[in-house]
Amino acid sequence: MLKTFRIGGIHPCENKFSAGGQIRQAMLPERAVIFLAQHLGVPAEAVVKKGDMVKVGTLIGKSAGFISANIHSSVSGKVARVEAMPDMSGYRRPAIVVDVEGDEWEPTVDCSEELTVHTDLDAKDIIKRIADAGIVGMGGATFPTHVKLSPPPGLKAEIIIINAAECEPYLTSDHSLILEKSKEVIVGTALLMKAVGVTKAVVGIENNKKDAIEALRKVKTEGIEILPLKARYPQGGEKQLIDAVMRRQIQSGALPVSVGAIVQNVGTAFAVYEAVMKNKPLIERIVTVTGRGVVQPSIFRARIGTSVQSLIEDAGGFVGNQGKVIAGGPMMGKALSSTEVPVVKGTSGILLLPQEESYRRKSNNCIRCAKCVQACPMGLNPTLLMMATEFGNWQLAEDNYIIDCIDCGSCSYTCPSFRPLLDSIRLGKDKVGTLIRARK
Amino acid sequence: MIIISVVVLGGIGLISSVLLYIISKKFEIQEDPRIGLTLEALPSANCGGCGYPGCAGFAAACVKAESLDELLCPVGGKAVMDKVAEILGKKVTEVEARVAVVRCQGDCEARAKTNVYDGLKACAAVSKLYAGETACAYGCLAYGDCVRVCSFGAIYINESTGLAEVDEDKCTSCGACVKACPKNLIELRKKGPKSRMIYVGCMSKDKGGDAKKACARACIGCSKCEKACEFGAISLVANLAYIDFQKCCLCRKCVSACPTNAIMELNFLPEREATEAKAMAE
Repeated sequence: MLKTFRIGGIHPCENKFSAGGQIRQAMLPERAVIFLAQHLGVPAEAVVKKGDMVKVGTLIGKSAGFISANIHSSVSGKVARVEAMPDMSGYRRPAIVVDVEGDEWEPTVDCSEELTVHTDLDAKDIIKRIADAGIVGMGGATFPTHVKLSPPPGLKAEIIIINAAECEPYLTSDHSLILEKSKEVIVGTALLMKAVGVTKAVVGIENNKKDAIEALRKVKTEGIEILPLKARYPQGGEKQLIDAVMRRQIQSGALPVSVGAIVQNVGTAFAVYEAVMKNKPLIERIVTVTGRGVVQPSIFRARIGTSVQSLIEDAGGFVGNQGKVIAGGPMMGKALSSTEVPVVKGTSGILLLPQEESYRRKSNNCIRCAKCVQACPMGLNPTLLMMATEFGNWQLAEDNYIIDCIDCGSCSYTCPSFRPLLDSIRLGKDKVGTLIRARK
Repeated sequence: MIIISVVVLGGIGLISSVLLYIISKKFEIQEDPRIGLTLEALPSANCGGCGYPGCAGFAAACVKAESLDELLCPVGGKAVMDKVAEILGKKVTEVEARVAVVRCQGDCEARAKTNVYDGLKACAAVSKLYAGETACAYGCLAYGDCVRVCSFGAIYINESTGLAEVDEDKCTSCGACVKACPKNLIELRKKGPKSRMIYVGCMSKDKGGDAKKACARACIGCSKCEKACEFGAISLVANLAYIDFQKCCLCRKCVSACPTNAIMELNFLPEREATEAKAMAE
């Protein structure tokens, strides 16, 4: 019997077209747009100005607060502009635009492919290197990793959980990363264990990636357990994964470390390996370009700042009636209003859906079937929360834990009346969050 | 048996009534009777436009205040404030009438759609998610959050332009729409003579080129209007002109100076007709 989380969940069609595919190096962009806010928290402060020459790995944005992260140049060339550019949402955010000339790396970065296993660094130094390299959660939430590895006083981690579930349909970035870099991932995990001072780590991985499970089992080291999980969405949600692995639930509003767990994405573990062992900052990431709307579903290693359009062209371009282009997976991703936006640290995939797959059906009245209640992995009552939001009854929404919603979209997916449950709950969550902060 | 129950119950009743009487006397709250009278004179819309929690709150504030200078019921306007002044024996100063204006003219022609939104039909939801269906991140989304909060039916979405528009006769300047608009497009401005008004119908803070690309009627921050204005009413902040309605004399020089037609003139006669009307009057 495979382990899984205990409440709710759904199983959408997997559609993993690019499963097991080889990771290809994406073409260098001609012009890279690097945002100063690619993480949760305070945007970084620009430390270069127009006309400066930068190399691959040069620090261009300095962390500007407790929850913030460094930003490095992902290309070499000349800084063309430091100004607000439209990001994935269409709003303008401060960014650094670099005109690419050649591909010259900072000499401190070790570009060799050799595996380094041993290091004399202690926990503090490892966390410092992670902070310097600007590493953030690569699963998509982009929370600065060094902050997560330093739990608040009084709380102690017992276990590191590596999230390799990749429960989003279509996406296969983590799958290919494990197949090609299993040793590096394990070393990265060992580094994370050392950084927080624990002796146990569990890699949670959905059972639909049997070859990846084998690959990891072959190279795993002491204290690391490879745990196959049932393929069920949202298995990769932080709270769901902790429940599946440890059988522990987190109180509303509490941190995962309150039950002794620190969850890191498998992509983050790899980035930690590169940062600590190779001194390489976070300047590229694995992006799946997939869907029925693209000629050749592929997996790219793309520099941060490469435009989405050029990745789509690299994968052969659009096919059929162009519908939606989504950054991320189909469940939690966001539709793009333009493909002329750059890849950021949190872009796990680009999903191209043809017209016939991407329309929303007309919303009807709620028929009280409670399918959404059954599907919600947080044990909430989505239909009640939607109604509370519609009537502006913020007290009712707060009393029913609207802020615990994890935006997974299981409710909207399962609704037979096609009601925009998540749209509404997200709005209410934002409003209630503002009210709670105002009270403090 | 019957007598005992009558005596016991009657006794309890008597003791309770005496207790209640003493308590009611001791803890009596003296409410100014004028609050009730004032409340009756108010329109009872409870819109909150005055800045107080409902009409009762406003009535209490009126009674408490030394003078009525700072107080205004935007719904009832002068007529109601005169009545309130009469009840309270206070003087009311003349207050200028205001009206809501929507500072966006990016209709379907000027501001073409670049994508289609099919989620929840609410401006707040759209603006949280992304910039909107056009290339302008500042313009009217036309999903009617302002329409839903207006208690007076004074604001509506014009289907042909895809913009929110205000019915000046119905608008009471309560300000509910100002708070509801997630793009901060709505402003309460002074209602000029014959409700004439001049304002910049754009909120785009983008640089000139970007703003123009997104919308043909965008303010590009060229500062021509600022130079044309003889009264110093126009200021330019972050690529966007703003006309101070306290200083504006409605001379319309800025309107003709604007290269993108971003400055709106409301309820003016067209130039030629205006001169003809003048000639006729003479």
